[in-house]
Amino acid sequence: MKIKGLIIAAVIAAVFFSVNLALAGNIVITGSTTVLPVAQKVAEAYMSQNPDVKISISGGGSGEGIKSLIDGTTNIADSSRFIKDSEIKQAVDKGRYPVPFAIAYDCIIPVVHPSNTVVNLTVQQLKGIYKGEIKNWKEVGGPDKPIVVISRDTSSGTYEVWEEKVMNKERVYPAALLQASSGAIVQAVSSNQNAIGYIGIGYVDNSVKALMVNRVNGSEETALNGSFPITRALYMFTSGWPTGDTLNFINFVLHPQKGQKYVREEGFVPLY
Amino acid sequence: MLKDQHKGKSRRRKEQWIKAIFFIVAFASISVLALIVIFLFMEGLPIFNKVAVRDFIFGHYWYPTSEPPDFGIFPLIIASIAVTVISSLMSIPLGVFTALYLAEVASARMREWVKPIIELLAALPSVVIGFFGMVIVAPFLQDLLNIPVGLNLFNASLMLAFMSVPTICSISEDAIFSVPRELKEASLALGATRWETIWRVIIPASISGISTAVILGMSRAMGETMVVLMVAGGAAMIPASLFDPIRPMPASIAAEMAEAPFRGDHYYALFATGIVLFVFTMIFNMMADYISNRFRQVGASTL
Repeated sequence: MKIKGLIIAAVIAAVFFSVNLALAGNIVITGSTTVLPVAQKVAEAYMSQNPDVKISISGGGSGEGIKSLIDGTTNIADSSRFIKDSEIKQAVDKGRYPVPFAIAYDCIIPVVHPSNTVVNLTVQQLKGIYKGEIKNWKEVGGPDKPIVVISRDTSSGTYEVWEEKVMNKERVYPAALLQASSGAIVQAVSSNQNAIGYIGIGYVDNSVKALMVNRVNGSEETALNGSFPITRALYMFTSGWPTGDTLNFINFVLHPQKGQKYVREEGFVPLY
Repeated sequence: MLKDQHKGKSRRRKEQWIKAIFFIVAFASISVLALIVIFLFMEGLPIFNKVAVRDFIFGHYWYPTSEPPDFGIFPLIIASIAVTVISSLMSIPLGVFTALYLAEVASARMREWVKPIIELLAALPSVVIGFFGMVIVAPFLQDLLNIPVGLNLFNASLMLAFMSVPTICSISEDAIFSVPRELKEASLALGATRWETIWRVIIPASISGISTAVILGMSRAMGETMVVLMVAGGAAMIPASLFDPIRPMPASIAAEMAEAPFRGDHYYALFATGIVLFVFTMIFNMMADYISNRFRQVGASTL
């Protein structure tokens, strides 16, 4: 009986404790899987400095994040694209006003198998490859091998940037392979000598070879000065101008020596 | 006397309570299924205000996010059918023959060893099988056959066959094992060999169970998501060869749902794809049900 009483007391204490945490400050972040690693790192740092604030982070994609913001189930929506008109309309209909904060820049870099001899492609050549018009590596100065085109699923933020900056709103041809994540693209390209794919600068590693575009290397410098052609901003959206813990967190993210440090650590391009 | 009557009444009441509880439990899962189906149709049907059913099912282009979008899932449907048929060609013989071996040929000790191992194959998470297909099988196929890409119809079918074999084997083994002993003994007593007994007596007697197993295995292959997402390649086109990349319906839904704007056309189109998939698997299950009832072996006398 005594033990039972103790257990009940412990459960009650635990419930109270967690309620207290919730009251002390809880930030919910959800959205883009591209922004996820940055958000995670920054949140860990923020929580270690502010132990009374609890931040929960989940991925799910830019659309999912903005959807949660519209539904009011998240404080911050991560997004690898700007909010769409239709989404703004839905938010406003529900009395919410999305406020964007650009938190970092992302370079989308075309990658090939390390054994490929091609080092540079123009945006026009990339477009030709992804439209299915250039089918062999020898047409762009490489070996006589078929090109295996790997793209992201059409609804990812990364694909949207590719479609806008490279395809000029034209369609990637249907025979292109589609992968559901940047990690899967690295995996697929690194195991196929004929493959070409595109990923965020943070995902480039030794297993694939990054290509120059229009003779410009994708890097922090070229992304910020605008010379690298395939660059985009990453956002955090809040519902209305943030207040309280959410505002503190956003300020932390944007701070050059605090949040922006982790942006670089994760392989993205910081704002300053 | 009075006490006994009272006791009888309370027992009856208890009986009724238990009956009610069982009814509620049984009804709970049915109502959950009903809710899911209602939700599926509610979220999927609105797309048909924008796209005709015909264009949706027979359209050749799947570009849900372009301006203007194209919502044609014909290549996806063909991909799902192709991957199911080809994986069945591999998994049915493997599964059924393994079941025959286990039930009729293997010694009891062998059976005790092999059966759990095959069932363990069913316990392998699909993401593990998908990863295996992506990292090991795809580069191997590329090198072996000198094809441009190893993530293709064949690879996906092979991985799905791995997944259906345990289902097919386990259910058909049960069916074969439950063939009445008299049938087998009669056949052997008439001078039939073991092989003749298996072919002429055991298989016909257990055909309903085997067919059910095969169809459930196929419906598993059709509905499986993770493996086709990782291994099939994902190109939304009608495959011209066994080694073309494809994009079956579940892979499309899984890859795009997270990023589709909530209650947008793309979202509705993905749910409508889900409806088509649901109809396919429902047909499979109804077929399994029909066959298992139609050809049911009752006792030893009806063969």
